[in-house]
Amino acid sequence: MSAVWIVVIVSGGGTLALKATGPVLLGGKPLPERFTGVVGLLGPALLAALVAIGTFADGQRLVLDGRVLGVGAAAVAIRFRAPVLLVVIIAAAVTATARALAE
Amino acid sequence: MAETSGDRGFRDGAVAVVPMAVAVFGFGLSYGVLARAAGMGGVAPVVMSVTTFAGSAQFAAASVLQAGGAAATATLSALMLNARYLPIGVTVAPWLEGGFWSRLLHAHLTVDESWVIAAEGSGRWNPRVLLAAGMGIWIAWVLGTLGGVLFGNAIGDPARLGLDAAFPALFLALLVPQLRSRERVTEVAGVRIGAPPPAIAALLGAAIALALTPFTPSGVPIVAAGAACLIGLRRHR
Repeated sequence: MSAVWIVVIVSGGGTLALKATGPVLLGGKPLPERFTGVVGLLGPALLAALVAIGTFADGQRLVLDGRVLGVGAAAVAIRFRAPVLLVVIIAAAVTATARALAE
Repeated sequence: MAETSGDRGFRDGAVAVVPMAVAVFGFGLSYGVLARAAGMGGVAPVVMSVTTFAGSAQFAAASVLQAGGAAATATLSALMLNARYLPIGVTVAPWLEGGFWSRLLHAHLTVDESWVIAAEGSGRWNPRVLLAAGMGIWIAWVLGTLGGVLFGNAIGDPARLGLDAAFPALFLALLVPQLRSRERVTEVAGVRIGAPPPAIAALLGAAIALALTPFTPSGVPIVAAGAACLIGLRRHR
């Protein structure tokens, strides 16, 4: 079997195992009360990490490039309550423009 | 469980997911293009989108393969990026009904976007919204991948189109509504801070992720950032 198919099969099985562990083992049982406050904060913590990594990380390096301008413009659009699709388009367009100008 | 999981239904989830599904379709296109360019062929990327169904992990695996990395390295980086789905799965678990296969289906359709759309606040999730939103994202991701694989040459380099910046912008748009809270003050290790707990968790999560990026493999900083939620452990009382 080729390397590519090994990656596809093991990643697929492993990812489903990660996703399903909670739902299959704990499904339907409420979490203890003291954990609900923690779980509610997992979303903001993980999303903020995804924003930071997606904006500044290039592999294991931290860089400032066109993405910073794109995400900054997106933040302004969010501030003015733009719909999500428009926010995403603005981010891509500003980033692409910055890259084109930098060349 | 209906009164505790909110009034929204399947249709509300299907409507809410549309703008994100459009963006995910665009990512799917760029994934199809990149995966094919990385030597994954035409069929494997589509199968991976159907089964693994996780954008950042699939991009990471493709980039490792393109750089000539081993199958084990590509797989490990994909799984590390997806490690966040272990705690995410735990958060939705109490709200899922039905038997093994139903829970497995909900688990498979749990991705960042569907998880956020299905959140009802205060640690509650809506399983019907999760199912609808997850299906919408899945269809868009698979069709996008197929399109990228088939018509990749006509689309060109995704970075030139700024598509890599669309990801963090999308997550920022998802994050902002979550920063509100009835609580105005956060208590961390006995210190009172004049900002709501979700805002503190977000700042802390971003700081952890950026601090670890130069020193750990991709994926680890995001999982470690999840530890920021521990500030909620005993904030009442």
